[in-house]
Amino acid sequence: MSDENEKMRVGFTLNGEAIEAEIVPSERLLDTLRYTLGLTGSKEGCGEGECGACTVYLDGLPVNSCLVPTFQARGRRVETIESIPPESLGAMLASGATQCGACTPGVVMTACWLRRHPELLKSHTAREIMAGNLCRCTGYDGIIDGLRDAMSGKGAE
Amino acid sequence: MNRLEGLSKLTGRERYIDDLRVDGCLWGMTVRSPSPRGRLREVRFGKSIDWSKFVVVDHRDIPGPNEVYLIERDQPVLAAEYVRHVHEPVVLVAHESREMCRRAVAAVEVIVDDEPAALDFRLPPTPEQVQYGADNVMKRLKIEKGDVERSLASAAHVVEGVYETGAQEHVYIENQGMLAWVEDGVVIVKGSMQCPYYVLNALKHALGRDERGVRVIQSPTGGGFGGKEDYPSNLALHAALLAMKARRPVKIIYDRSEDMASTTKRHPSRVRHRTGFDRSGRMIAQDIDVLMDAGAYVTLSPVVLSRGIIHGAGPYSCENVRIVGRAVLTNAVPFGAFRGFGAPQTQFAVERHMDVCAKALGMDPIELRRINLIRDGQTTATGQVINDGTDRVAILDRAAEMIDLRGKRAEHESFNATHPHLRRGVGIVCIYHGAGFTGSGEVMLKSRLKVAGLADGRVEVLSSSTEMGQGTTTLFTKLAADRLGLEHADVLVPEPDTLRAPNSGPTVASRTAMVVGLLVERACDDLRAKVGLAESARGAAVKTALVAWHHAHPPVGAELFGEAEYVKPPGISWDQDNYKGDAYGTFAWAAYAAEVEIDLRTYATRVTDFVAVQEIGRVLHETMARGQIQGGVVQAIGWALMEECKWEKGAMKNCQLTNYIIPTSDDVPPIRVEFLENPYAHGAQGAKGIGELPMDGPGPAIVNAVAAALGVAPCEIPITPERLMEMCEVAHVG
Repeated sequence: MSDENEKMRVGFTLNGEAIEAEIVPSERLLDTLRYTLGLTGSKEGCGEGECGACTVYLDGLPVNSCLVPTFQARGRRVETIESIPPESLGAMLASGATQCGACTPGVVMTACWLRRHPELLKSHTAREIMAGNLCRCTGYDGIIDGLRDAMSGKGAE
Repeated sequence: MNRLEGLSKLTGRERYIDDLRVDGCLWGMTVRSPSPRGRLREVRFGKSIDWSKFVVVDHRDIPGPNEVYLIERDQPVLAAEYVRHVHEPVVLVAHESREMCRRAVAAVEVIVDDEPAALDFRLPPTPEQVQYGADNVMKRLKIEKGDVERSLASAAHVVEGVYETGAQEHVYIENQGMLAWVEDGVVIVKGSMQCPYYVLNALKHALGRDERGVRVIQSPTGGGFGGKEDYPSNLALHAALLAMKARRPVKIIYDRSEDMASTTKRHPSRVRHRTGFDRSGRMIAQDIDVLMDAGAYVTLSPVVLSRGIIHGAGPYSCENVRIVGRAVLTNAVPFGAFRGFGAPQTQFAVERHMDVCAKALGMDPIELRRINLIRDGQTTATGQVINDGTDRVAILDRAAEMIDLRGKRAEHESFNATHPHLRRGVGIVCIYHGAGFTGSGEVMLKSRLKVAGLADGRVEVLSSSTEMGQGTTTLFTKLAADRLGLEHADVLVPEPDTLRAPNSGPTVASRTAMVVGLLVERACDDLRAKVGLAESARGAAVKTALVAWHHAHPPVGAELFGEAEYVKPPGISWDQDNYKGDAYGTFAWAAYAAEVEIDLRTYATRVTDFVAVQEIGRVLHETMARGQIQGGVVQAIGWALMEECKWEKGAMKNCQLTNYIIPTSDDVPPIRVEFLENPYAHGAQGAKGIGELPMDGPGPAIVNAVAAALGVAPCEIPITPERLMEMCEVAHVG
């Protein structure tokens, strides 16, 4: 059994800023973000990489932060929901992309990633790409419609 | 108008209970029963743990009665001498470190002298399994109209069927969580919940305190669907007991696995139908038997059963109806409220049965429904006269038109004849859902609401109705602003806090917009009257009058309230003893149609198109109303096709999102929604409740579509690939 107090320091870039965090070796990136660094936008829905509520970008790629040990972020770029500019979310607000909001930060992270990589829609549907983010409220139409509107420049951007 | 807290949610700034950092807070965790039934012999605390570093609570720490206050008081807060289900809470521990809590829980051994458990509600219990009355049946209800036996004997055709539905897990994305602390002698609980006053009453009862000694605050709630109707009372008590003993704040946040394993689910059901028709296809007798698994404690099961049987005959006119309902106690983890509250189960049965009947009668299922749909002036099973001017046949025809029923059927016939392994089908159903509490429920609730007039001219809506994603905050803001002619920014809707908010009843039963929304309007009217304004006063006149009132009523901070209490709509009467009369103030009506495609290589069923047409009084907010329907339909698609609880000793074995599968965006088509409006005189701005309606229709619509595609007759959901394969192999399909 590892000692609770055995800590290590890890440095990475968080939302564009170099930071260092003191962690226990087994710590999940999600917990470091939420409980150590106070960035509670990323949510825990399942803790096993199924629901996507904890989605963040690691070196620009969306990952489930509940499945990433924090030490693996060492020297890398981490971006969280806190880095997303609110003014970019008008179309999703208008389309009803959020209801209870618990899945929403993860949904927004995947949606914004798709918006940065529209070429993916040549090989995949938006519904396929969003399938890693479970939502229990909207039935997904509000999300897909908002994403489509945002990508076509429609909505209160 | 956009959802008011929408941007806060989209940007992750909304602070749920697990997001709050509280100084000096301990984590709480629960030690649970390993056994489904038996006498609690001993609790052993493992020597690997330094227990002096933990706060430990058991039943002896409960100041008042060891009972969770609800309909019955049969459920203990913490098991004392006896356990009735696996995962029943026995001991609570708290520590600064969550990891240490996990280790401590793992180091406690709960020893139970096992007794025979009742684990299949469909089987009569053996004498050793009997735990309640003579047969574990905890509630019996009956609706009777006309003479069923005589009508069945004279019927030209009698069609029978048995239909089963499985349990369903809510999967609100935010798990259950509660924070408790003691401040100036008051026990304060804050957390994820639907019904602050249920929690308050539970705290008062088991902690032996009056309302001055307890306070409940709702935190932003990440989904509920009924799952946060009753269980938060248990969790609040656990957190409060730990906090009282620790003299420090304590937070209990379930992880997904604990949440799925130990909290309530939708009641499994078995419904038998025996239906008599005359030669023209008119239904002349319905004999319906409804059986539900209540699980180990009563919780809300009697009311779930009640709503279930009231909706059991479907939206049809029939002069001879008998519906018998039974809820049976077992040793499963207790079943509880879930969107639809019994009605999805019984409407699955009746709407699937209608297609079975149509086939037996050689009729088109849509024609059979058209003939029998209830017309104005006709009565429901409880004898409630329907007279609302809604054309239910038109709703059905519109859904058929939208999905192109005739065209699709012809197309599918040739497709199915030629395609090597894909089969397509279309199914259609008619459903209804009574909004608000059943029978005299709303009268007994006596819901109250206040609208405060503030010194700066704004108003504040004070109610116990919670926002859990369905839009309470936005709707109440809109209703108050519309009523008083104010800007949306001039209306505040704070999160419910029992210190200030009166009891507006629980946030359940599709009642918030319709019933409580009307109280918002009436409290606004009262506020206007209190400041001496005429009914026509709007906008600036109202603001000026509020400011003037405060000016004239020093000291600063004096409170001005408009108030409203529920008033029964005229002409409604309900006989609770005989289950006769007006079960609900009104019903929402709908027709849903599904198109499916089954791959005979995998037996996976995919919904390829879905149409939902409903008459809901008035649409208060187009985007949110559509979102309610689409979300409910997809939740019901999950229940119909993939969401299956696997059981072991009455507990959910697959308590993870890895193996309890809910629909993703890629599993469902766009849900096409159309609203028809026929304002209801006793709902806010004419609205009827809509939250639960979409749970009722998709199950039978999908199964009817599968039956049409394959020529088999599935009568059980979920129709997982395994079940469908078995059925097709027996029927030699494919």
